[in-house]
Amino acid sequence: MTDTHDTRREMPLGLAQRGYTGVIQHLSAKDASSALSDIELESRLIELGFVEGARVEVLHEGLVGRDPIAVRVDNITIAVRRREAMAIIVA
Amino acid sequence: MELPLLHLALVGTPNSGKTSLFNALTGSRQKVANYPGVTVERKEGFFVTPLGRQVSVVDLPGTYSLRGRSPDEEITRDFVLGKASGETVPDLVLCVADATNLRLTIRLLLELKRTGRPMILVLNMFDIANRRGISVDVERLAKELGVPVVTSIAVRKGGTADLLALTDEISAKLATEPAENNWRALSVAELRATQREADRIISDCVSLPSRPDTWTARIDAIVLHPVGGLIVLALILFVMFQAVFAWAQPLMELLQSGFDALGDVVHATLPEGLVQSFLQNGVISGVGSVIVFLPQIIIIFLFILLLEDFGYMARAAFLMDRIMGGAGLHGRAFIPLLSSFACAIPGIMATRVIDNKRDRLTTILIAPLMTCSARIPVYTLIISAFIPAKDVWGFINLQGLVMFGLYAAGITSALVVSFLIKFFMLRDYAPAPFMLELPDYKMPRLKSIAIGVYTRAKMFLHRAGTTIFSMMVLIWFLASFPQPPAGATEPAIDFSLAAIIGKALEPLLAPVGFNWQIAVALIPGMAAREVAVAALGTVYAIEGGKEAAEQIGQVLATKWSLATALSMLAWYIFAPQCASTLAVIRRETGSWGWMAATFAYMLVLAYAASLVTYNVAVALGAG
Repeated sequence: MTDTHDTRREMPLGLAQRGYTGVIQHLSAKDASSALSDIELESRLIELGFVEGARVEVLHEGLVGRDPIAVRVDNITIAVRRREAMAIIVA
Repeated sequence: MELPLLHLALVGTPNSGKTSLFNALTGSRQKVANYPGVTVERKEGFFVTPLGRQVSVVDLPGTYSLRGRSPDEEITRDFVLGKASGETVPDLVLCVADATNLRLTIRLLLELKRTGRPMILVLNMFDIANRRGISVDVERLAKELGVPVVTSIAVRKGGTADLLALTDEISAKLATEPAENNWRALSVAELRATQREADRIISDCVSLPSRPDTWTARIDAIVLHPVGGLIVLALILFVMFQAVFAWAQPLMELLQSGFDALGDVVHATLPEGLVQSFLQNGVISGVGSVIVFLPQIIIIFLFILLLEDFGYMARAAFLMDRIMGGAGLHGRAFIPLLSSFACAIPGIMATRVIDNKRDRLTTILIAPLMTCSARIPVYTLIISAFIPAKDVWGFINLQGLVMFGLYAAGITSALVVSFLIKFFMLRDYAPAPFMLELPDYKMPRLKSIAIGVYTRAKMFLHRAGTTIFSMMVLIWFLASFPQPPAGATEPAIDFSLAAIIGKALEPLLAPVGFNWQIAVALIPGMAAREVAVAALGTVYAIEGGKEAAEQIGQVLATKWSLATALSMLAWYIFAPQCASTLAVIRRETGSWGWMAATFAYMLVLAYAASLVTYNVAVALGAG
């Protein structure tokens, strides 16, 4: 982890702009107003590789409401809606 | 002594190349069916190992874990645990991994290990991994995982040799005592711990790519661009429609004339009578009228499988997710609805990619509203008979405009129905999350595609040979019995059960401007929409049926009012005029209730639309 990451403020990935890069700090399912239960959402995010310490980069955004977003997580690309991405806290 | 059949199961995450490995192992020796009670596709194939062991292999639905959050994933879990009803516990589980992307599969494998089933990790697409500069210490990986590891290149000839040899080696010394099953659903903390463990093992055994896949990044820069991506999608759709409607045409005409010729042969060789009529009108023209759609089915599946293999389908869902979300549809519903423009049957079958049950149900319910190709003959006939071929506003052809309007009416009503379903019936329901891996692009492999298309075509023909055949026999019976009395001058159909039913229905259909002849034509139209055209021909006692479509048009123009014609068009946008679609809905939803619901809502819409169209037209003087 670089110094810039240490000093950056934590934010939910759901608010990140295209081109944003960062590192996952923790997951906080209760911050996302997802249809899934907190446990289910957290489990699914982990299953798609969103774990603490993973490097993320927002590669693409949809047309309507800049949603969903395509996120590079280490070496795979995952499409996720911003609503669910609010549970991923990055810095 | 011959050894018993060895049972293998393929398990892996979506996009791990499981299906191409399955195709490589079994070739075309595949059996596609459904698991009992659920609409999950069960794919089993057979092959023989180098040492001569007979093997059955089941391609289980892709999954990221054994939690079983969808019917597909439950099947995978139950199958591996030996809890699936009527299924043999697999002797050996092949856990398939995309060698370029091990993180998620290694975690899945660590979870699978707890089930105690004998297992092999197959590092598939090993050639691509090598090309990208990923190197895997296979021996060390096997040691760390405690599971034999083998590399494979499913798409290359001989690329599975090591896997086959290892299967022989392991199956020779399989323990007869089943190992203890320690699996239980993982808590979030355990899941996280497992992913950490997987990441540690990967960092010890795998050197990550020095160069990421630049091709995928380059293609995505265009294909996933918010505006450019939609333009690319529209272009792909345009080519696809062009292919389905234009390229399939010569083949369909060829098939049609083949069936006509066959019917003529039967007509010429058999003596006049019931057997002749049954074979010519019931069997050959009936089943034939459905089989002519085979070229369209093949082309649409060819496109779908190619785009899927290439990795584009997930991107299309990404682009359309929010746009469709406005109508309460999931991004993944896009492809099934698109296929429904060719025919609702493959479209409804394609809804299997939607993992959420309610999203899938909504998509199934509205798929028949998409203007399928079977409506085209009916639309064409009525439009050419009643709508003048003049230009409006100087440059738009009125007939073309009406055709476009019919398509637009179908799409609009589908979106409205979807919105209403979400609003009234599934009200407590918040949108299912859209979380999807966008796999790296891969060159589609012809062999795998060919096997996929072949399997789909076989399923379609099987259906034509069973469901549709029995439907046709029934309709032929209704239209042929009772026979006219000797010396009758009216067409034979006037005396048949179909006519009796048609006349009984007439009072019901009179408010929308339909006469009894239309009511009769609608009955065979249930088997396949376009059959109504031929049926109208028969009813109006015109020789020649479909070939004389223009002639039927002239007759219709004299017998029907414009209001009746418009009402008929409105009817065909909505009416549940397709028994095969209803049968597929029953099969895919596993419920007679949903089939009845689809039938009922479409019938109500059709009646209402025709009623309004007819009365407005009459009021405007077109009666």
